[in-house]
Amino acid sequence: MSMVYSEDDRMLADTAEEFLSARSPVSAQRALRDNGAILNYDADIWQQMMELGWGAITFSEELGGLDFGYKGMGAIFEAMGKHLAASPMLSSVTLCGSLLQQLANTEQQAWLTAIISGEKRLALAVDEHARHKPDAINTTATTVNDGFILSGKKTMVIDGVSPDGWIVSAQHEVGCSLFIVPFSDQVKVKRLKLIDSRNYAELTFSDLKLPAAALLGKAGDSFKALEHALDLGRLCLSSEMLGSLKALFNMTVEYLKVREQFGVKIGTFQALQHRAARCFVELELAQSCVTTALSTANDSPENLAASVSLAKWKLSKVADLISGEAVQMHGGIGVTDELDIGLYLKRIRVAQMCFGDSDFHQARFSALMA
Amino acid sequence: MSDLDGFRQEVRTWLEANCPMSLRTPTPDGELIWGGSDVNFTFDDQKLWFDRMRDKNWFCPSWSTQYGGGGLTAQENGILESEMRRLKCRPPQINLGIWMLGPVLLQHANEQQKQQFLTPMTRGEVRWCQGFSEPNAGSDLASIRTSAVDQGDHYLVNGSKIWTSYGDKSDWMYALVRTDATAPKHQGISLLLLDMHSQGVQAKPIDLISGKSSFCEVFFDNVVVPKENLIGELNGGWKLAKELLQHERSAMSKFGEFQLPTHFDLMSLMSDYLPLPHSASEALLFDKAVAVNMEEQAYNLTVQRLGEEMQAGQSCFGLMSIMKLVHTEQEKIKFELLLDAMGYRALGWEDDNFTEQEQAINRAWLNSFSQTIAGGSSEVQLNVIAKRVLQLPENKGVS
Repeated sequence: MSMVYSEDDRMLADTAEEFLSARSPVSAQRALRDNGAILNYDADIWQQMMELGWGAITFSEELGGLDFGYKGMGAIFEAMGKHLAASPMLSSVTLCGSLLQQLANTEQQAWLTAIISGEKRLALAVDEHARHKPDAINTTATTVNDGFILSGKKTMVIDGVSPDGWIVSAQHEVGCSLFIVPFSDQVKVKRLKLIDSRNYAELTFSDLKLPAAALLGKAGDSFKALEHALDLGRLCLSSEMLGSLKALFNMTVEYLKVREQFGVKIGTFQALQHRAARCFVELELAQSCVTTALSTANDSPENLAASVSLAKWKLSKVADLISGEAVQMHGGIGVTDELDIGLYLKRIRVAQMCFGDSDFHQARFSALMA
Repeated sequence: MSDLDGFRQEVRTWLEANCPMSLRTPTPDGELIWGGSDVNFTFDDQKLWFDRMRDKNWFCPSWSTQYGGGGLTAQENGILESEMRRLKCRPPQINLGIWMLGPVLLQHANEQQKQQFLTPMTRGEVRWCQGFSEPNAGSDLASIRTSAVDQGDHYLVNGSKIWTSYGDKSDWMYALVRTDATAPKHQGISLLLLDMHSQGVQAKPIDLISGKSSFCEVFFDNVVVPKENLIGELNGGWKLAKELLQHERSAMSKFGEFQLPTHFDLMSLMSDYLPLPHSASEALLFDKAVAVNMEEQAYNLTVQRLGEEMQAGQSCFGLMSIMKLVHTEQEKIKFELLLDAMGYRALGWEDDNFTEQEQAINRAWLNSFSQTIAGGSSEVQLNVIAKRVLQLPENKGVS
């Protein structure tokens, strides 16, 4: 396991930085919000990301991937976090891509190919409760002669408005099954407008009839695969949060160097210097957790869970500290909508809750270590 | 490459043949060998290993043979260190002179001084201590007042030092002294070497809240020091002090490597003292412990990352600057929590009703308070990060 980034990883990071700062700066995200865009990401930019090969990074060459591993993927998510760039990378490529890679049969491979190339996108419907509890599934699937009947409600489906299809977890036979549900107006889709102005949906399945081919993986036996995909998603989210937090922290340090009060730069005040130094310390610790989890995803995926829970836990903790300090140190203008600080604060807060907050991951880490 | 492989083989063979089996274990407390005029060996193998390494000139393997060093290249020295680690050889001796003063002398001393001071170091004959802090110069080290007044052919030293480790057992001290009382405070300091056996030097051990300690207060009353003992330029000592303190950091990390792990495994202690089922308050303590344990993991991963980034030749100043702060603060939190979890069992001072481990944990808790002060307090560490890493502007009122 190595914690140093390779030439390839760094090249990906540079490309991502170059592309996103030119094509998808924070101002673009603000414009999407102000225009009330339905998708809340720019479909052209998404296509260009796919043309850059970002969908292919973690997949093997025989699947049409680049086989670069998760360190490179982490670098891209970090850059997206830095620029607050919205895209279906997490929902479609990481989450659904991983599930298809683990479970797809020969016919279902077509979905994976289409996801890697960006031709199609899927969204994962897993959450049902106010807090993330992937194992508390009330949605049910019943086996019938020529297929299944799906019933229930999913919430916080990331990029869940108008995808090409959803992968849905359901209680089925003795356990958890996953189903590929192609987009259809028989699924009731309600858009959720959250503080980060991205694309979320609540889905209702009322005795939805699915063909036998919709089952992904073995009946009642997909929870392990789901957990693994969720871990990869948590990992990418942690990388994204790291990028956002670094950006927020850098903006704050720059502000301390220019803002004057009492006739001096406020960065000369030791009370603020020490608080800024503490933020730096915490960011470095967070970086180590993320880098380790990215390496683990590459080199020993069987140990991924604890490593990811440590990372998501640490990032969520550090997110509280740094977003709080960023607003506070900016003072009055820190709470205005005009400044980008608020956009970061809101996005980071959503990312904190998605797929388990710090308490969820502390409890999970503890259970994994016991 | 083949030369180095040959060297590795040679080193391995020599160590296998010469390092006694009894010294291929971590060094327990009280068995560290301090080089000096009066070396305290507890058993014969220690002396054997000490003598063999000295005669091989490997007390200072990378120093020039001119001063009794081993003349090894950096790569060869690395091989020697890694082979010693592989065989778990104890260090034949510990000596602050070699780790801290030595590198500064090699760079800044004149030829006569090098002969006079480096050669006995490489022979393990002189034990050195550090005279930096004073009662009124702690975090603000440049405020030292111990004076060295020019008397023509010698300096007359008056004043006192504090927090000098093993001041009472050392032969020589490298000290920061004020040689110009009128210059701005950083510009009137010199680095002076003084013989602890001189008339007018008195060292007094300091008891800490954790009990006996190696720290001393050292008093100077009209101590005569030859002018040849001034290192570098007159009034140029501050720059040398900063270099020395950089060596202190790497010395401290080496020091840690040699000792038995005094590490207490938080989670296993929690399980021992808080068996299931947990009461409501015990469950709270356990949850806190999980969080402390996760923070500790984040730190350990950072140690690993720092090592790998250094090896890869990346610049690590920012990352390095957080390590002491994080570690010492985490230790404090961890021992507070252990005390909470162990309850009365962790409050024993000297009493065989309490196990050795329980008393050790109590001492480690008390000791953790000095760790966030010694070697640059947490506040000084935060200043360094704010000013040198984040480059926040200087407060003109403070120097």
